[in-house]
Amino acid sequence: MPVKVRIPTPLRKITNGSDEVAAEGRNVAELLSDLEAKFPGLKERICEPDGKLRRFVNLYLNDEDIRFKKNMETELKDNDEVSIIPAIAGGF
Amino acid sequence: MDFTDEQIERYSRHIILPEIGGRGQAKLLKSKVFVLGAGGLGSPALLYLAAAGVGAIGVADGDCVDISNLQRQIIHNNESIGKPKVFSAKESIEKINPDVKVMALHGRLTVENIREVIRDYDVALDGSDNFPTRFLMNDAAFFEQKTLVSGSMFRFDGQVSVFKPHKGYPCYRCLYPEPPPNGLVPSCQEAGVLGALAGVIGVLQAVEAIKEILGIGDTLAGNLLVFDALKMSFRKVKVGKDPECALCGPSASIKELKAYEEEACELRASKCEM
Repeated sequence: MPVKVRIPTPLRKITNGSDEVAAEGRNVAELLSDLEAKFPGLKERICEPDGKLRRFVNLYLNDEDIRFKKNMETELKDNDEVSIIPAIAGGF
Repeated sequence: MDFTDEQIERYSRHIILPEIGGRGQAKLLKSKVFVLGAGGLGSPALLYLAAAGVGAIGVADGDCVDISNLQRQIIHNNESIGKPKVFSAKESIEKINPDVKVMALHGRLTVENIREVIRDYDVALDGSDNFPTRFLMNDAAFFEQKTLVSGSMFRFDGQVSVFKPHKGYPCYRCLYPEPPPNGLVPSCQEAGVLGALAGVIGVLQAVEAIKEILGIGDTLAGNLLVFDALKMSFRKVKVGKDPECALCGPSASIKELKAYEEEACELRASKCEM
């Protein structure tokens, strides 16, 4: 199940500068494990140690927040797009 | 309301639009908008709100203009260096449009003062530069039932949304329940920003504020607009009303304003020569 994952600027150091990477998984939890295998250190930036999403980072399946779907159990299909969008604060 | 001849000319490009017309322009002239921050986002937003004829604009900022601000904070100029940003902004606005009454507050908004400060306005814009202030602004807007047009940016990325929980839409905490702990997001020392990005995001905030005042079109309430300047992509994602939101949810636990600790930032300090 190849899924396109959009990487936000602050995490691109971990993906060697890539703003989009491919990863696999039947659901979001599996996708995150695959991402961690490919890009070690990525998951801890998105998730708390207990595996829950950090409260200032959201994951969107296409344009829908996974918190309002089945969260980590949200199922993925071929060609889905997952975006990682962290809160940003600058107005400077 | 009766327009003067000068006002009919000044706002003719608005008045000629069927969606605005004389009635809409009169609404703008009677409207009151509060802008938090006269920095990167506040600068372009304030200029366009003023040009549009928003009748009363409040602006709060505790900083003074530094030469490093001028790469993006276009409401200020070389002669403003060292002056409080809010006074520099007030001067620029008054030069653009004498119809606008400006209330300038040189100082920080706090748990103690923010609700009273925003109470008289119809719409608030958040152009602040840190999470504690963003959560404070959101919570105050919720308690005062004010529509909040939020914009933020980082390097080449920007986000814009409209929060109006009092009308059944989500609030900022529905999107991001808690601020990140200090140290987990890139510190301000790494926080470069493309100057023109501030224009894109700040002007989008002005557009949304004007639409909210006029009641036209579809605003970003219930959506988050994400802009990537390097890819030149705008993407909209949905923001749901979180049934577990600690502020605006049915079993809300936040009953009053609370302050979060702000990370110290050497780069943010700017000297005032008052």
